Amino acid sequence: MTHHTSPKAGTAHASAAPMASMGASLTINGTPHQLLIEPWTTLLDLLREQLGLTGTKKGCDHGQCGACTVLLDGRRINSCLKLAVSLDGSEVTTVEGLGQAGRLHPLQAAFIEHDAFQCGYCTPGQICSAAGLIAEGHARSREEVREQMSGNLCRCGAYTNIADAVLEVLEKGDAR
Amino acid sequence: MDTVMKVGIGTPLSRVDGLEKVTGRAKYAAEYEVPDMLHGVAVPSAIARGRIAAIDDRAARQVPGVVEVLTHENRPREAWLDRSWKDELKIPGEPFRALGDDRVLFAGQPVALVLAESFEAARHAASLLDIRYEEEAHNIDFQVSLAEKFEPSKKRSSFHPPKNRGDAEAAFAEAPLKLEGEYHLATEHHNPMEMHATTLHWHGDGKITVYDKTQGPQGVQAYLASAFGFSKSDVRVVNAYVGGAFGSGLRPQWQVQLATLAAKHMQRSVRVVMTRQQMFTHVHRPECRMSVRLGADVEGRLTSVICDATTSTSRFEDNMEDIVIWGMMNYASPNAAGSYSIAPRDTYTSADMRAPGAATGMTLFEIAMDEMAYKAGVDPLEFRLLNYSEVDAMNGTPFTSKALREAYREGAARFGWDRRSPEPRSMREGRELVGWGVATGMWDAMFSKTSASAKLSANGHLEVACATSDIGTGTYTVLTLVAADTLGLPPEQITARLGDSSLPTAPVEGGSWAAASSGAAVQLACQSVAKKLLRAADKVEGRPLNGAHSLDDVVFEGGRMLLKSDPTRSVGIVQAMQAAELPVIEEEETASGGISGMVSQMLKSRNTHSAIFCEVRVDEELGQVRVTRIVNAVAAGRIINPKTARSQILGGVVMGMGMALHEETLADRKLGRWMNHNLAEYHVPAHADVEQIDVIFVDEPDPEVTPLGVKGVGEIGIIGTAAAIANAIFHATGKRIRSLPITIDKLID
Repeated sequence: MTHHTSPKAGTAHASAAPMASMGASLTINGTPHQLLIEPWTTLLDLLREQLGLTGTKKGCDHGQCGACTVLLDGRRINSCLKLAVSLDGSEVTTVEGLGQAGRLHPLQAAFIEHDAFQCGYCTPGQICSAAGLIAEGHARSREEVREQMSGNLCRCGAYTNIADAVLEVLEKGDAR
Repeated sequence: MDTVMKVGIGTPLSRVDGLEKVTGRAKYAAEYEVPDMLHGVAVPSAIARGRIAAIDDRAARQVPGVVEVLTHENRPREAWLDRSWKDELKIPGEPFRALGDDRVLFAGQPVALVLAESFEAARHAASLLDIRYEEEAHNIDFQVSLAEKFEPSKKRSSFHPPKNRGDAEAAFAEAPLKLEGEYHLATEHHNPMEMHATTLHWHGDGKITVYDKTQGPQGVQAYLASAFGFSKSDVRVVNAYVGGAFGSGLRPQWQVQLATLAAKHMQRSVRVVMTRQQMFTHVHRPECRMSVRLGADVEGRLTSVICDATTSTSRFEDNMEDIVIWGMMNYASPNAAGSYSIAPRDTYTSADMRAPGAATGMTLFEIAMDEMAYKAGVDPLEFRLLNYSEVDAMNGTPFTSKALREAYREGAARFGWDRRSPEPRSMREGRELVGWGVATGMWDAMFSKTSASAKLSANGHLEVACATSDIGTGTYTVLTLVAADTLGLPPEQITARLGDSSLPTAPVEGGSWAAASSGAAVQLACQSVAKKLLRAADKVEGRPLNGAHSLDDVVFEGGRMLLKSDPTRSVGIVQAMQAAELPVIEEEETASGGISGMVSQMLKSRNTHSAIFCEVRVDEELGQVRVTRIVNAVAAGRIINPKTARSQILGGVVMGMGMALHEETLADRKLGRWMNHNLAEYHVPAHADVEQIDVIFVDEPDPEVTPLGVKGVGEIGIIGTAAAIANAIFHATGKRIRSLPITIDKLID
């Protein structure tokens, strides 16, 4: 029996054309960037491969795990599902922009205090997602935090500690 | 004596690598910037078994930025003999070689690697390959593969064959109470959040630095040297941060093979990152079928334990696990027997996933135990105590320690087990049935020969180093605590370095042996530094420590050495080094079981134990299960860092919840592929699934088990957890589900 896997029919020829880059201006962690971006580049790959901002993680590339969560104009999104060229004029905040050593975001400090991570790979996404969640203002209880953080998977299973950390910051009301 | 709180073994310390992780500075394998690097994207096989007849890569090569398409036809030469491809797990068979030849052994097998200047170009071009296959009949269905089950003549070295005792068959036949059941666990995939990745830096002078997602940098170093013809000293493997692994990083995975082939071929740096779908094309927990037969007297004392199990493997390697021995070891039945076989299917080889063998075998056995408790009309916890064994019942050896009784007692008290209503379906709240279940966990307390170095500088900064890995396990923090404990330094003055093949020798991180082993090595290295410090103290004017002849005569605290007999007499560490004109003290030591340890290992069993109590609530109409409360009481010897150890148990429990309710890789029989190869359809527990988990570490002093009295906590948390949940579901609903995961369809008939 022979089996033939054909590539996407009819795309082979067209695909040989070079991808024309397009200009876009994005403010990333407070710094304005004038960028030439290929249309097929996601925000996630732009951050990681071109801007050296590897704090934002790739866990599935399909919007299923939340590891790539960043804040886009203050709202949490999966950066793997956004084409970067479509974000002209937007403001992006990644975990690097939330806080750094010496001036940690309250969520970052609370995550350390509550041991809200193990391997650390989902952590930047969890923290950005929690910042977005707090800004949304819908979550009040532990149950609501759990429900509304459910787009961010943690395979190490730090969920109870993450909920503790997020609730502490939520209740103190000092998230910037 | 000053009252500075000494930070050391037993102090709950926040992760020393926490700051790096919460700020995004911690670098994982795919995140190292190396110059002039190519991106490699692997092309998966569309068939499960057969041969590649032809590959047409013309369209792919036309994509701007694409520089090469690597296949079995143009790959560089590599080692010929299978033994050159063996890794630390040493699974018998023919280890997989990516692009090795035209054979296809499993669906999704990488059959080509597209190399391009950008990730996007490589990814797009990878979709343009036109590949013709000659397909052969295949099977990935475990139930079908059972027809081919066999017991391999060459066993995996880690395998412990069951030791039968008494006449289990006769005792079973005569037993007044009998249970017979067939239990099943689905195929599971590890799915760490970080996908397997390798960034290979080609230095151009024959040397390579390989940033790899692995649990053993020196294992990968040795493997690359042996399989790809490098001199070991030319290969450095770095895995400073690992985004979870749970066993998936025990063997070098195919992305490191592809990256190395490509770098050799192109003489350039290369990065290869698996996609999430490709994370389903390598290691996984084997599917398992285990039949259990239990016989008991009328009071519920076990008289016969019989376990027969089969797990899945590939057609090219014979992976084996310790499935059937756990019940035989843990319970005091005079008669017990076990048998074990493996069944091949056309997938990649199964291998170790968190608590391999026990997570499967102990869990399934503990469901059978629960059934027998009901048959005997004995409370499930009482039933376990009734059959409690003070010794390892299979090997006939005493334990170095076994505080399982205490774990049962403390766990039950915390949970409130005495308020349980014994009848199934007797507890209800609103539309939900409430059920309480219990199960036991058991794992090995292992120790592996490990080296570590300690380097103390004259400014009082200490660096400890070891080639072990921290895959989220807390090893950086644990080693910092051991060093702080030994030399009385604050953690801020200590740096732990690991995850680098150039550091002192350590085995692959796994089996819950890292803390016990690398901890002991760090302690020895620090003690050697301490001895030198004590000698240096002699040079201090007035010799305040005069009379201290050995480390037994002093304590190290707050950066000082204090005379035990008169703590007012002390010397600062920095002061001593200055007096002796020592700019640095550096020592390397190796911790091994030693001769007495080896003898003791034969005469005694070394195990961790746990008691898991669980509450579930089951929506009667919808069959939806909520795990509302879990108490896991763990007896694991000495706990170095209660904070990170607790997290290890939490993580094990959560993965156990996945095993109980969610995780199941489903086979498409016709195509020979996994159907749900993504995180939307392969369900792992999410925030909403996890409510309240309590962890108890019971007191279990055990100076004999390992040098530090540490037993390890990486795996015990998952073992038995799924059984406690399944047993609680029975208690809630009266439905006994013997096949994990217990998905809704199984509950609503």
